[in-house]
Parts: sequence; structure tokens; C-alpha cells
Amino acid sequence: MRTDLKIIEQWISPGSHVLDLGCGDGTLLDYLQREKRATGFGLEINPDHITTCMSRGVSVIEQNLDTQGLGNFEDHTFDTVLMTQALQAVRRPDVVLDEMLRLGREGIVTFPNFAYWRLRWYLVRRGRMPESETLPYKWYNTPNIHLCTFKDFEALCYRKDFRILNRTVVDGEHQDHWLSRLWPNMLGQIAIYRITREGS
Amino acid sequence: MPDHLPTDSVGIVTPQTLHFDTPITLACDRTLESYDLVIETYGALNADASNAVLICHALSGHHHAAGYHSKEDRKPGWWDSCIGPGKPIDTNRFFVVSLNNLGGCHGSTGPSSTNPQTGKPYGPDFPVITVRDWVHSQALLADRLGINCWAAVVGGSLGGMQALQWSLDYPDRIRHAVVIASTPRLSAQNIAFNEVARQAITSDREFHDGRYFEHNTLPRRGLMLARMVGHITYLSDASMGEKFGRELRDQAYKFGYDAEFQVESYLRYQGERFSESFDANTYLLMTRALDYFDPAYEHDNDLAKALLLARCEFLVLSFSTDWRFTPARSQELVDAMISARRKVSYAEIDAPWGHDAFLIPTPRYTAIFESYMDRVAREVDV
Repeated sequence: MRTDLKIIEQWISPGSHVLDLGCGDGTLLDYLQREKRATGFGLEINPDHITTCMSRGVSVIEQNLDTQGLGNFEDHTFDTVLMTQALQAVRRPDVVLDEMLRLGREGIVTFPNFAYWRLRWYLVRRGRMPESETLPYKWYNTPNIHLCTFKDFEALCYRKDFRILNRTVVDGEHQDHWLSRLWPNMLGQIAIYRITREGS
Repeated sequence: MPDHLPTDSVGIVTPQTLHFDTPITLACDRTLESYDLVIETYGALNADASNAVLICHALSGHHHAAGYHSKEDRKPGWWDSCIGPGKPIDTNRFFVVSLNNLGGCHGSTGPSSTNPQTGKPYGPDFPVITVRDWVHSQALLADRLGINCWAAVVGGSLGGMQALQWSLDYPDRIRHAVVIASTPRLSAQNIAFNEVARQAITSDREFHDGRYFEHNTLPRRGLMLARMVGHITYLSDASMGEKFGRELRDQAYKFGYDAEFQVESYLRYQGERFSESFDANTYLLMTRALDYFDPAYEHDNDLAKALLLARCEFLVLSFSTDWRFTPARSQELVDAMISARRKVSYAEIDAPWGHDAFLIPTPRYTAIFESYMDRVAREVDV
């Protein structure tokens, strides 16, 4: 099983009502439904992913975050709102984060770290926009239009008064590594953040 | 029928007429003492009767949803593209029931049936039937067939409204509701189009206040106009443009008012054909059933509140160019389901054919429908 699912699972209490923004083929929701008796929905725009979700019994709504927003969801509808590997691809990550914490008590976000040493080295050495296994696109056709570093993300959370409940830094295979714990913003490839607005 | 029966066809099918003797009380407070329902079934009911799927028809539909009635049949049933062995509603796995609704004109008791009290056709004396009445009668049909719980109730347009109503009125008798190209209530514009259609019929001199059979005539002209205006709302500007453009039947303008453009002659042809085969009073009744459908009405106009009654899972599908029941109407329904915490999946399918798209198989529509129904089947172990 994917390590990130295992990590996220710990942060979902049993029977939670969850919303997964950009739920892909529904792997995470399917897992949470089975392991945590979670209920809820996934939002997705890729037709093949939507079909896969439907066939595995994951409730999926075709809805585009950028063009349609989340205005159709009422405040405090969910316990947790998830967004894995999609923050960097939306038009306004800051607005989406606000919306996540309007709809849910907690938000869980995962995204690639643009300050990862290999990416830094790529840029220094070649002077060109980094490409990697996690970011396999050209600058002109990448869906990742808002790449950021862990530091950037945390600065945004600070500005918005979000409280970071947990942060786990992993490598490209979602494995925990002592090195990435040592110096996350340099050595971590992907971060999984758990945030809330409450008590902050 | 084609020379060789396609392997994914249910083949030659025979409708059956079921007679119901127990009076049914309708939303209008009137009672039908007895009535017939004409049905077709495809596939086999399994031992625990868990694999039954009900097909609900739209405005001008009927029980003949799939297969052929005879070798001479030119066309298969109206939803043959989706019902059959290996098709989305797979008859190798499901027992499919399709009926002609009460008030229809294809064999089930309706305005053109004989009123046992007078020995004459009911005509305008036939009660106005609502979506809720249909669902009630379909539940009685399920009892008769030994089906306690449908694996799914499926319908497009007015048929989708019946699927939705099922989820509210019989929450324990339906596992999945598939609501395609539908809406939780008609808009003023929708009702306006229906009113034009009704005016076309009732203002036909041959209508005789609905008693045209007694005058040995039919309000053909009115019904034709009604169908023409309806038909326009089923297509999209783009699909009409694609099919007809501004093409003329002859080379040049004739400076008269006959059907000169291809689209005119197409509409006239469709209207005329329809006016020979459909009953005008049934058309009035069906359009009224559409107008009245509004499950939120009894729940302070709060659709989400109405949906709290439902227990089933929903699949809602809309089509990008449908301007009769736009994707926004389906989204309204989906939003209410989300708010009521019902399980729902939704997709908007890109298709150029307007409202009619729900009858036309496209790769994405078929893929979604197939995978959803596959899961429904797996759930009931077939």
C-alpha cells in the first residue's frame, strides 16, 4: 500500500465524512471507506478516473475546482478535506486552502517540494526549469502552475492563521527517511500537511 | 430487424399485459377501479429476486425498450443501445422490467382506453396522473412480479424523475437510482414549452374537448405542432445545424411558405408520423405530469430536506448541450444530495445532441453507465 495513504489514514478518525479534491481513481477514498468506514465524495475532472471511481463504489462528482470552485458545498460539511498532489495545479491555491477549511474542520494537503536538493541542483547546473520523476513536465505544458517549497507553504499558513497540526516529509516513493527529517526543505520531496483553522 | 440478430440484442420480445383489480387512488384524489399495465421483461430474475432493474420511460416512451417484436420490425426498442447482453444494463446479469406508464397510449390504461363505466374511451375524463402515481403503480407492479427491492431504477428525462421519486417514496425498495438528463423540477421556460404544446392540441378543431374518438377524428394538426415544438427542445442548435444547416429541398428559394428548408420538412415529417401514433390526451397528461413534478414542494421547497428520505445511492448524468434540462439542473440535484449526505456520483458528458443525447451511446456515456451498473450487479452478486 502507498505510504502516503498509510500516513493520511492515521489522521482520519473512524466514520469521518471526507471530501477529496482531485481524488484521481479513488484509491484513497476507497481505502478510507474500507479501513475507516469513512463516507464522502471525491471531486475529479479526468473522465477515466471518474469511471474508475464509479466502478469501485467511490462517490465521485465531476467538478472543476478552477472554474466551478467549491461554492456548492455548505460550510462545515466535512470532518476532513483532502487534497493530494493537486495544490500546485490549481489556479489559486490560497483560495482553495481557505475553502478547504471552510468546508472541513481539518485539511490534509500533499504537494511536491520545489526546494528539494535535486531540483535546486538541476536549476543551478543546467539553468533550466527542473524536471524529475515527480515533476516530469516541460515548463510550457506542466499542469503544475503553482509550485512552492515547504517554507513557502508554511509562510502562507502563517499568514492565513492556519495551524499546522502535523507535517510528514517523505521521498518520491512516499517513504519516510531520516535525512528528510533532518533538513526537510532541502532533502524532502513530498510533504503531507495536516492543517486546521481551529484554536489558532 | 437486421438479417442476423446482433449478439448483443435481447432478440424477439413479447409484451405482456398485467391486469390490476385493486383500486388505486391517485394524487388528484380520484380512483381508478382497475387498470392494465403493459410490460416487457428481459433477462431472468435470480432466486432471491435481487437483480431486477426498472426502466422508466420519458414523455413519449413506452414498454418496448429493447429488442424486436418481430422479424419485420424495422427498429429495435427505444433504449436498445443500453439494454442487452453485454450492454450497460446487461441482461445476462439483470432482470430488466420496462413498462408503459398509466395514462400512456401503448397498451396500459390511459385516456384512449375504454372507460368501463361508460363503455366509451375515457378521453378527457381520464384522471391527471403524476410522477408519484406512476411510482406507486410501479411499486404494485413490483409486488406482482415478486420484486421486493430493485437493484436499480433507471430513467432519462421524465424517466429520471420517476427514479428520483422512487428513492423518496420507497427508500427501502431501491438500491440505486440512475437519473439521466433530468431535473428536480421544471423551470418556467420548460412549462412554457409544454403549454405551447398543449395549446396546439386543444386549439385544434378536431380536438372536440378531448372527445375526438367519439367524433371519429383525431387532432392530428395540433399533435403534430406539439411534437414539432417539443422536438426542437430535444435537439441542440449545433446538432440541428450539423444535420440540416440551411439546406434547401430544392435549388433556390420559391418565395412561398411551403417547407423549403430541410429542417422544416424534417419537423413536419416527424410531427405527422407522431400524430398518427400517439394519443393527444396522453400527450396532455404526460406534459402535465412533467409540470407538476417537484419533490421539494412538500418539504418547504428544500430539495435536500426531501432527499433525507432517500436511502439509495445515486448516479446523476447530464449532457453538455442539453438545454431542456441543462447540466446546471442536474448539479442542483447533486448539490442537494451532497447537502443531505446521500451517496451520489455525477458526470457531465460531452455530447452534441442536446437532450436526446441520453438515447445515443457515446464512448464516455457507455463507459460510465457500464461501470456503474457493473458495480450494481456485483453488489447483488450477479
